[in-house]
Amino acid sequence: MFEQSIILSAIRDAIDWVLGLVGQDISILPLPVQVVLCGLIAAGGLMGAIAFAVLIYVWMERRIAGRMQARRGPNRVGPYGLLQTVADTFKLLRKEDIIPTGANRILFAFAPMLVLAGVVAAFAAIPISWDADKGEPIMIADIDLGIFLITAIVATEVIGVIMAGWASNNKWSLYGAMREAAQVVSYEIPLGLSLLVPVLIVGDLSLGAATEDQLGGNWLIWRNPFMWAVFFIFYVAGLANCKRAPFDLPEAESELVAGFHTEYSGLRFSFFFMEEYASMTLISAIGAIYFFGAGDLFGLQGSSSLIMFGVLLFKILVSIFVMMWIRWTLPRLRIDQVMTLGYKVLTPIAFFLLLGVTVWDLYDLNDKLWELFSRS
Amino acid sequence: MLNPAMPLPDDPLDRDILIGAGDISTDEMYINMGPQHPSTHGVLRVLLRTDGEIVTEAHPHIGYLHRCAEKIGECLDYIKFQPYTDRMDYLAAMNNNLGYAMTVEKLAGLEIPERAQLLRVIIVELNRIASHLIAFGTYGLDAGALTPFFHAWREREEMLTLFEKICGARLTYNYVCIGGVVNDMPEGWEDMVLDFLDRFEKRWKEYNDLLTYNRIFIRRTADIGVITREDCVAYALTGPMMRGSGIDWDLRRDRPYMMYDRFEYDIPIGEGKMGTVGDCWDRYWVRMVEMKESGKIVRQAFDMLKGAEGTHKAKVPKVFKPKKGECYVGIENPRGELGFYIVSDGSKNAYRMRVRGPSFCNLSILEKLLPGAMIADAVMIIGSTDIVLGEVDR
Amino acid sequence: MYFDYTNVLIFFLVGIGFVGVNMVVGSLLRPSKPNPEKNSAYECGEDPIGPNRVQFDIRFYTVALIFIIFDVEIAFLFPWANSFQEFKAAGLGGLVFFEVLVFVSILFLGLVYLWAKGDLDWVKSTEAQRRAALAHRRAEEAKETAADSAKSESATELDLTVAAEAGHH
Repeated sequence: MFEQSIILSAIRDAIDWVLGLVGQDISILPLPVQVVLCGLIAAGGLMGAIAFAVLIYVWMERRIAGRMQARRGPNRVGPYGLLQTVADTFKLLRKEDIIPTGANRILFAFAPMLVLAGVVAAFAAIPISWDADKGEPIMIADIDLGIFLITAIVATEVIGVIMAGWASNNKWSLYGAMREAAQVVSYEIPLGLSLLVPVLIVGDLSLGAATEDQLGGNWLIWRNPFMWAVFFIFYVAGLANCKRAPFDLPEAESELVAGFHTEYSGLRFSFFFMEEYASMTLISAIGAIYFFGAGDLFGLQGSSSLIMFGVLLFKILVSIFVMMWIRWTLPRLRIDQVMTLGYKVLTPIAFFLLLGVTVWDLYDLNDKLWELFSRS
Repeated sequence: MLNPAMPLPDDPLDRDILIGAGDISTDEMYINMGPQHPSTHGVLRVLLRTDGEIVTEAHPHIGYLHRCAEKIGECLDYIKFQPYTDRMDYLAAMNNNLGYAMTVEKLAGLEIPERAQLLRVIIVELNRIASHLIAFGTYGLDAGALTPFFHAWREREEMLTLFEKICGARLTYNYVCIGGVVNDMPEGWEDMVLDFLDRFEKRWKEYNDLLTYNRIFIRRTADIGVITREDCVAYALTGPMMRGSGIDWDLRRDRPYMMYDRFEYDIPIGEGKMGTVGDCWDRYWVRMVEMKESGKIVRQAFDMLKGAEGTHKAKVPKVFKPKKGECYVGIENPRGELGFYIVSDGSKNAYRMRVRGPSFCNLSILEKLLPGAMIADAVMIIGSTDIVLGEVDR
Repeated sequence: MYFDYTNVLIFFLVGIGFVGVNMVVGSLLRPSKPNPEKNSAYECGEDPIGPNRVQFDIRFYTVALIFIIFDVEIAFLFPWANSFQEFKAAGLGGLVFFEVLVFVSILFLGLVYLWAKGDLDWVKSTEAQRRAALAHRRAEEAKETAADSAKSESATELDLTVAAEAGHH
């Protein structure tokens, strides 16, 4: 037998049960088939979850935007306009798919695939909860490389966007692609540096280990005074990585019409949209897991993994709300300002924070300060 | 890539510096910004030559909204042309009405009753606020902030309701007419306007918190698109475009028409508060302050209205035939000097009609301002000229 | 453990497949009535001038190089961060901290160097800026020569007085 994560073994049990209905069990399937089948089912489930989440996010975004802009937002289709995005999905499905003449058709078609695939794959390494009985995180693939793999695989999205911009044979798209290339590539440095800090404190690359480490209110954000600054850098760099305002330069609608997806229409366009929200969720999830105790609520959640999942979801939603709030408040930066911020502000600060955290952790200054404090 | 008209220096080192020999050589490309572009404020087409993100050359192309307004003015009766002026600068239609009406009145030597003049001042200043609200909102939009736009529209909607109450229309009013205004203000309108102004002044502060003093916004606008005083004169800029560069000139005060010499108000000029004098932020700020000052004028006008004599309209003959002659009247439109030049041959329609549109003249400086700016700055600079293409193309 | 990576691969492929399947399903539902106008590249309603794919100047080459240096650095730092707690527990915390201090300092120096050299500036200088720089250089040179000549003049004066005094004596 082989070890499997909790979710995958649950899926395996489910397959076993289904096969049991026809008087068989899972051992009739060869091992590779089992693995692939479990993976496919999990991935299908995740895709469904992402698609559903995007529907909710889009609705949320429009309602929040409406609220902030002194208007109502969608409120006609379904209760509170909840079905508006569903209707829009059908509309997008019915839209003609236009590939401009002169476009590189293969790259044009492949770009949205690549863009989405990277984010989806990254979700495999995100723990969604904690199983107190077994003492292991609930996730699809508990990979020991964890965050390293995530940052690596998410980077494929950049390639997809550049591909989209280049393949479109459109000047505005080209601008969008080049901006994306410059911006996302630059912000990966502060993002990586800020992610080093939790890894350093936890001592493990896996996000599952981070979840375990923070149980009982022992969140990383409290561990030392630099953590808020580290989180801030992470969040800003994360925003830039998801191309969210004020870093939405690759699509900057007032400058580049629609940036890299100017030529994309209908369903193909919606995949870029989906990717944006999926990567927002990903960044929010990483932030919640690495800084704000994952599914932990100061130990109040008990041992129920369902509640922990709910708590994590809540934290993610709060973070996404803040992202939307920022988007509907701030103007957009200019490309050279974005680059300056990335290289000349965030990167040096992240360097110093990393060293500061290391020193703090090395000399256990928390304990020492606490001693000093309680003595006086 | 260098401007071919400029000679290269002889010194080899100088030449290297000038052609940027340290940089990787790249292609330039021509790109059409507009007519269908989100931030050219209508159907302006700017042909840009770009080197990467930098604009090296810019040519505004106009005419996508040309409707022969001037020619129509020569073919129609004086009174019948009035509604067409609305369609020129549709964001400040009252001002256009006024400019035309005043020109014809001067031509015909009509005396306008005091009450009508005050009503005109009120409505024109309110329209100035409404117009600057759009300038403010769309400028935020250009900078990538969507929310100020909707907030500005919230107030503008209220104003449009006020306009609707007084003249029945929300965009093309045709309210200021030859001889005065079409009808007197309805019952309770004054209170509604004053009430609105109270609310508006509070929200004006909100706008500043939301956009004006936003650090990103300041970074995007300060020191961008600087227009010197000399350029202002050379390009015949008027209105906030000129005052933003620190030239203290406002037709309402310096060439008073109607009753503007009786009001007390400040005329804001650019001071380079956030950067250089004459940058985008200064122009933006001039418009913001003008909104407030217009509110002041409206309040004073309402006070004067209580003791004003006459009716809302002078007697105008049905068949309107001004005597032979020509005349020009320029008024301070939200965008600058709006002038009508009419030549009359004594018949019922104008022999020659010419409009001096402020947007049209203000637009001309784009060719000078855009080269050297980045694409994102170009958007901000075009936004800061606050043009209305309906009036540019006429 | 390796099955976990298989899963990541499966997820990646499912992400690609999701788009593909949706496009195929969508193709059954959506109309397809292309015409040359519709299929032309969007350039705000005008016909594009010149090629749409050009050698685009955003100093991407420089930035890509900088990125590679720093990203590789972060890739090197991850194993260090991962094992820092173990070293600390073994009492070698100070040593590994010193090591990383050296490593990071060198790279930080690199950043400072790039900064000073102007490679972090995103936009290459415009003609106007270069002309301004040139004018500035000219002005500096003029000032220097002026200062030099003033100095040499005063020097000759001094020499003369010295010589005159010497002659007097």
